[in-house]
Amino acid sequence: MFEEKQPAVSVDKLTWMYEQMVKIRYYEDQMVEAYTEGKSPVFNIGEGPVPGEMHLATGQEPAAAGMMVHLTKDDTVTAPHRPHHHAIAKGVDLKKMTAEIFGKESGLGKGKGGHMHLFDPEVKFSCGGIVAAGIPHAVGAAMANKMKGKDWVAVAFIGEGAANAGAFHESLNLAALWNLPLIVVVEDNSYGISVPKTASTSVESNDLRASAYGVAGAYVKDNDPIAMYKASEEAVNRARNGQGPTIIEIQTYRFLGHFQGDPELYRDKDEVPGLRARDPIMKLRQQLADAEKMSEQELEEIETRAKKEVDEAYQFARDSDYPKPEAALNDVFTS
Amino acid sequence: METAKKRMLTGNKAMAEAIAQEMENDQNVFVLGEDIGKYGGIFGSTQGLIEKFGPERVLDTPISETAFIGAAIGSAAEGMRPIAELMFVDFFGVCMDQIYNHMAKIPYMSGGNVRLPMVLMTAVGGGYSDAAQHSQTLYATFAHMPGMKVVAPSTPYDLKGMMTSAIRDDNPVVFMFHKSLQGLGWMDQLDYAVGHVPEESYTVPLDKANVMREGKDVTIVGIQMMTHYAMEAAERLAADGIEAEVIDLRSLAPIDKDTIIKSVKKTHRLVVVDEDYRSYGMTAEVAAIVSEEALYELEAPIKRLAIPDVPIPYSHVLEDFVLPGPDKIVEAVKQMMDEA
Repeated sequence: MFEEKQPAVSVDKLTWMYEQMVKIRYYEDQMVEAYTEGKSPVFNIGEGPVPGEMHLATGQEPAAAGMMVHLTKDDTVTAPHRPHHHAIAKGVDLKKMTAEIFGKESGLGKGKGGHMHLFDPEVKFSCGGIVAAGIPHAVGAAMANKMKGKDWVAVAFIGEGAANAGAFHESLNLAALWNLPLIVVVEDNSYGISVPKTASTSVESNDLRASAYGVAGAYVKDNDPIAMYKASEEAVNRARNGQGPTIIEIQTYRFLGHFQGDPELYRDKDEVPGLRARDPIMKLRQQLADAEKMSEQELEEIETRAKKEVDEAYQFARDSDYPKPEAALNDVFTS
Repeated sequence: METAKKRMLTGNKAMAEAIAQEMENDQNVFVLGEDIGKYGGIFGSTQGLIEKFGPERVLDTPISETAFIGAAIGSAAEGMRPIAELMFVDFFGVCMDQIYNHMAKIPYMSGGNVRLPMVLMTAVGGGYSDAAQHSQTLYATFAHMPGMKVVAPSTPYDLKGMMTSAIRDDNPVVFMFHKSLQGLGWMDQLDYAVGHVPEESYTVPLDKANVMREGKDVTIVGIQMMTHYAMEAAERLAADGIEAEVIDLRSLAPIDKDTIIKSVKKTHRLVVVDEDYRSYGMTAEVAAIVSEEALYELEAPIKRLAIPDVPIPYSHVLEDFVLPGPDKIVEAVKQMMDEA
C-alpha cells in the first residue's frame, strides 16, 4: 500500500506537480467555456470557435503530473484522444497547442490536427484519436533510444479501455522481448465512453497483466498524486537502467463526460459529486499547506502564475488567424 | 560496342543490395519484420543483411504487425529510417490502422512538423495458386489513400534504384515488390526477373513512369507483371504490324500523368492492364486521367483489363481465367484496332 510507506517527496517536486495540476484544471475549465461558445441554445458539434469532439481530462491530472515530473524533453510521451493533461505536463508549447485546438494557422499542426492530434517534436509529444494506437509508437521511440545508446525513456498513456485492444498485447510483448525502456500508464477512469470497466475487462486492474509479459506492474489507487509520483519514479528508473518495461495502472476520476455533450445517462447522478469531493488538487493543496507549511500566499502565487499562462495561451489562440483555405493542400508530404 | 560483361541480378538481390548500401551509408537505417533475419525474407528481400549488419539492425519480429509497423513509425519520428516488411500485402488487414491512420496522416496532421522517413515494403501478386489471402496486389487500396508514396517496380534495375530512393525519401513510401519478379528458385523462372544492375549505388525517381517500348498505334499501360505481359503482347502484335507503346507505370502515387497523356496523344488508343480488382482501381484512374485530359485524342474507347471483381481463386485454371495475360492483351488490342 503506497500511502503507508510514502517516502518524502521534495517540496520542489510537489510544487511543480501542483502547478501543473492547477494549470491543467484551469485549462480544461476554460476549454469547457470555449467549447460551449456558439453551441447554445442548440448544441451543434460543428459550431463555435472550438468545433468537433472535445475530450477533457478534468480530474485525471495526477497521472500526468506524477509521471511527467520524472521526465525531460528527451523522453517521449504518446497520449490518446484525451491528451491535454499529458501535453501540458510534458511542456508542449501551450500557445501553439491552444491555437491548434482553435484551428488556427499558428497551431502546432497549422490547424490540420485539432485537439486529438497534437504533435510537438520539440518536447517529443504526440497523441492520436485511435484507441491503443500510440503504444506501438512509444515502443518505436524506446527502440530508437536504445539504438542510439541513450537512457531516454518512452511513456505511452492510455485509458483502461485500450488495454483490451490488440496493440496493447503486441506492444508489451515486443517491448518485454527486446527489454525496451517503455512505460505504459493505464488511466482507469472507470469508463470506456459509457461501458464500465467491470463490463469490459477480465481482470481487476491492468497491472496484473504485467505478469503475462514478464514485466513489472504497479497500481496507484484513489487518484493519489504522490503514489503516482512514487510508482512513476520506480518505473522511470527501471527503464533508464535498462531493466525493461512497466505497466502502471492509476485509478483516476473522470469528472466530465466522455466528451463534451455526453448526456452521461450511464452513471449515477451522485457519482461525480462523490468524485469531486475527493479532488486530488484540493488534497495536494492541503498537503502543501499542512506538511510543507506552504503559505496561502505562496499557493496563490503558483495558481496565479499557472492561470496567467493559460489565459495568455487562449488569448494567443483567439488572436491568431485562420489558415488560408488552400493551405489544406499542403503538408501531405514533408519534402 | 562496349558489352564488357553486364552484371546480372535477380529482383530480390537487387533490392537487398540497395538496402545494404543504404545501411552502410546511414547508421539510422534498419530493417524489421517477420523472417527477415536468418531466413532473408520469405521473398528474399533482405537476403544477406543479417550477416553484414547483425541482429541489432536486422530485427526479426514476432507476428505483431501492428506493433512493429507502429514501432517503425515511432522510431521514424525520432529520426531513424526504418524499413518494415509486411510479408504479404494481404496481411494489411491486421495493421491498416498503423499504416493509414498514423503513418500516412501524422506528417499532415502535424502540419509537416513530424517527418516519417520510412519504407513499408511488401510482397504482392499471384499467379502461383496461393489463393485469395496471399495473391492480391491491392495497388489501388494503398494508392487511393493520401499520405503515402506507393511504388511497384518491375525490373531488377528499378527495384534497386527505387529502393534507394525510397530509403532516402523523407516521406513514408510503400514499396511493393512482385513475388514472381524476385527471381526466386522456387517459383516460375522468368527472364524478366533477372536483369542488369550496376554495383554502385544509384537512384530511380519515385514519380516517373517508364516507356519500356515505343510504338505509334496503341498505348498499353501496365505495372509489374502486367508490364511484362504487355511487352510480350507487343512483340506478338508487332508481327501483325501493330506497334504498341508500353508504359511501365512504376509509381502508383504519385502517378505520372504526363507520360501517359504524351503517349496517348501519339497513339490515340489506350489499353490499361492491372493485376488488381477492376472496379475503382488503377485502370479506372488511368482511364479517368485520359478522359479528363486527352479525351478528344482518342480514336477508340479505352479498354481495361483487370481482375473481374472476384477474390483470387486457388485452382490454376480459375486463377488463369481471372488474371490478365499476354493473350488477353493481344486480343483486346486487336479488337480495338478492328473497331476503329
